[in-house]
Amino acid sequence: MRISVDLNRCQGYGQCCFADPSVFKLRGEEVLEFDPAPGDEHRLKVIRAAKACPVQAIYIGESYEEQEERSHRHE
Amino acid sequence: MSNHSSQGLRKDEHIVIVGASLAGLRAAEALRRRDFAGQITIVGDEKYAPYDRPPLSKHVLTGHLPIEHTPLAMLEDVRATWILGVAATALDVEQRQLSLSNGERLHFDQLLIATGTRARPWPEERGGKLDGVFLIRDRDDSQQLRERLARKPGRVLIAGGGFIGCEVASVCRELDLEVTLVERGPTPLYGALGSSMGSIVARLQQQHGVDLRTRTTVESFEGDAAGRLCRARLSDGSVVEIDVAIVALGALHNTEWLQGSGLAADERGLVCDTYSRVLDAQGQVVEGIFTAGDVARWPQHLCDGDLIAVEHWGNAVDQAENAAGNMLSAETDYRAYKHIPAFWSSQFGINIKAVGLPNRGDEVMVTQGSVERYRFVAAYGRQGRIIAAVSFDQGRWLEAYNTLIEEGATYPPQLAAADQPENMQSQPAGFPAMARHA
Amino acid sequence: MTQKSKIDFKQILDHSHIANPYPLYAQFRETPVALQEDGSYLVSTYNEVVSLLHDPRISSDMRKSDAQKRFMQQAKQKREEMIAQGQQVEEPEEIVPAFIFQDPPNHDRLRRIVTSQLTPERVENMSSHIEQIVKEHLDKHAQGGQIDIVDDLAYPLPVTVICQLLGVPREDEAQFHAWAEPLASVLDPGQVQTEEQQKQIMQAGRQMREYMGQLLQKLKAQPGDNLLSGMMAADDIDGAMSPRELISTAVLLLIAGHETTVNLITNGTLAMLRSPELLERLRQDPELIITYVEELLRYDPPVHFRTRTALADIQIAGTTIPQGATIILVLASGSHDGQRFERSEELIPDRQGNEHLGFGSGLHYCVGAPLARVEAHIALGEISRRLIEPKLALDPPPYRDNAALRGPRHLPVNFKGLRS
Repeated sequence: MRISVDLNRCQGYGQCCFADPSVFKLRGEEVLEFDPAPGDEHRLKVIRAAKACPVQAIYIGESYEEQEERSHRHE
Repeated sequence: MSNHSSQGLRKDEHIVIVGASLAGLRAAEALRRRDFAGQITIVGDEKYAPYDRPPLSKHVLTGHLPIEHTPLAMLEDVRATWILGVAATALDVEQRQLSLSNGERLHFDQLLIATGTRARPWPEERGGKLDGVFLIRDRDDSQQLRERLARKPGRVLIAGGGFIGCEVASVCRELDLEVTLVERGPTPLYGALGSSMGSIVARLQQQHGVDLRTRTTVESFEGDAAGRLCRARLSDGSVVEIDVAIVALGALHNTEWLQGSGLAADERGLVCDTYSRVLDAQGQVVEGIFTAGDVARWPQHLCDGDLIAVEHWGNAVDQAENAAGNMLSAETDYRAYKHIPAFWSSQFGINIKAVGLPNRGDEVMVTQGSVERYRFVAAYGRQGRIIAAVSFDQGRWLEAYNTLIEEGATYPPQLAAADQPENMQSQPAGFPAMARHA
Repeated sequence: MTQKSKIDFKQILDHSHIANPYPLYAQFRETPVALQEDGSYLVSTYNEVVSLLHDPRISSDMRKSDAQKRFMQQAKQKREEMIAQGQQVEEPEEIVPAFIFQDPPNHDRLRRIVTSQLTPERVENMSSHIEQIVKEHLDKHAQGGQIDIVDDLAYPLPVTVICQLLGVPREDEAQFHAWAEPLASVLDPGQVQTEEQQKQIMQAGRQMREYMGQLLQKLKAQPGDNLLSGMMAADDIDGAMSPRELISTAVLLLIAGHETTVNLITNGTLAMLRSPELLERLRQDPELIITYVEELLRYDPPVHFRTRTALADIQIAGTTIPQGATIILVLASGSHDGQRFERSEELIPDRQGNEHLGFGSGLHYCVGAPLARVEAHIALGEISRRLIEPKLALDPPPYRDNAALRGPRHLPVNFKGLRS
């Protein structure tokens, strides 16, 4: 799992920080720091974070390795 | 959208993307999202899969984010052939062929050039090779600098007070390191926000213990016998004893490999039209070759179609989307790229965000909030219209200003906001004369 | 040109609409910004609502509206007349508006102090407690029969949670139970209040503030690990909360805890029991509750509209809203705008990219949103999972008299027992 956040869209509502405080942190009033590569045990919480974002700025995707692995399996 | 079909589009076509960073990846995703069923090859000169650069000057350096966590999320199954650690060295437009640094040649039907920028290096003869002198652009740069800063060095000198320089200065103070910031202009962020806003940043830095040297440049770095950096000579004649120097003097566009291709490429970037199609040296559109991201110079509708390159994260994402869409469209369905630039920077716990083109502004005016508290919004005006706005920890208002910019609302704005300052006054924005023609 | 709307906003209060106001909202949206008989402006389309919520020329401070100024002027005159006639007149109580009725920078200061205490860690610590409360309330009905989702779960849950979080002794709850509803009706601009109702609201307010004042005194002497103690001790660069501000903030949080989440949980139960297919999907896929709750916040939200005041003339959607005018932002209508949401009148439990207005937007975004989400996820998840063959006993259910904070007064459900 990999996360991308569009920090231009982010308005610092901090809803993601409530959904998963160990992945998303507000520093100061609106500086969002996040771990783009949390462990799989965070999956549900990260989904909650992404769905709770008022401006829908959180995207959940795959890592390069996950995609490469799949494409090699298909070969 | 006319591009959607259940069968997929253009099965026999081969699209090559040069540049395996944000714009390149997002373009590949956009192609797949639009059902492109042909082959995608992505060529990148770094050995790494695409990674996110903004954290490299921020929380990678503080140690909050391990470098291995910076790779970008892949938001679609891009099903691409990745050629990493290999640079494109030449382009033959006629033959629709790329030459690669590994000696191979690559044929394409359509090409997207997203080669971005690199950090402007420090001249070797002035100390650029010394141990302790760092650039900051790539993953390796950031990792090496992180390791050095974690060992608690003595004073750190930063050459250049742009966003990267200011962010690194903030990191150094957070790590409790002594830091000297050397900036050629009268204030930090002089080129990006102008001296009026820059003076606010100067105060912020000084309050946080940054040794700020404005109107000053670094003449040279000097090392000991073992080649380790030990001091910097500044243009004001002073000498600063330092352990680490970070060169943050802006970026160079990666266009050298296009010399001889006949495209309109130079140190300012690669010129394209409003549909992200590249132009040749005669100003003619080159069919099937597009560009996006930091390297692209495109006609900006906010300032009479002047060609500008916008080296921001949001432009890489949006222009990649625009280019990919047009690559899969008939010319009659092309969409013009009407992007309003936006960026953010975090420093000293403050989130600085902007929309529009601040450095095209003549004047600036604080419209909301408190400068003293570093919580405010300021609007930039150009010829009586709002051209940009910047916020310090007040990002939620920017959407409204974005609308004013789009509408071409008059400057100074008549907002009557509840939190407007008592003495609202428009001031000269204070940009270097050169910036407006960059 | 200013358009006078054929639509009268007050129709919302008509009981024929309160069970389903959405067709009325669709009519509102034909005129995105509509002048009302009383001089206020009704805004009902998504883009216009969002744009105004983010507009610096908009105030949340009712004291800045012409209508409120007129009202205050009349009240003052009336008092003076009464005094002139030699009548005994009570001095009006000086009340500090809660932060949702204030503008920056003071709003920001108060909100910062609240959020400095309502931390992710605090909410996370509450979640196992919320699970426990839901379990206890449902377990009381192990034999099946009839449960009133409102009285037996959706109301007591958020009340227990907000009391514990704030530091209000649970046993005091019965006292202010009766105060919360009249106070919440203040948020309803369409509500025509009789003099009797106004008196009732004023009295409820006075009693609640008195109660809070006493509680704060106690907590000052004996602070606990709760929001009120934390807010009392919290400093801010622009100044700590004054005693009056503490009281109005505490009252606001308590009312909000009483009058909003109850609707979210009840509306969510109502919708899932109206659609056997939806209920089955929620049972099969427990993760669906995450997007389902967001969709509820769009499709049938607890808060339907909020009012603002124009600080300057604002041109929007071909209309000029004049300075001083009251603006009614129909959030729930914006969330049903077909220009913004595909299949906007359908409940799609896995809807993607759901930028609903259920918690508002901009600087007044609901401060309790994270708490409401946790409560709704757990309560609705457990209702869907545990109730065996649940059936609505009454559809539509009876609704409360508040069109702004809209929800059923009762939601009786028949069921055959509980899964463990």
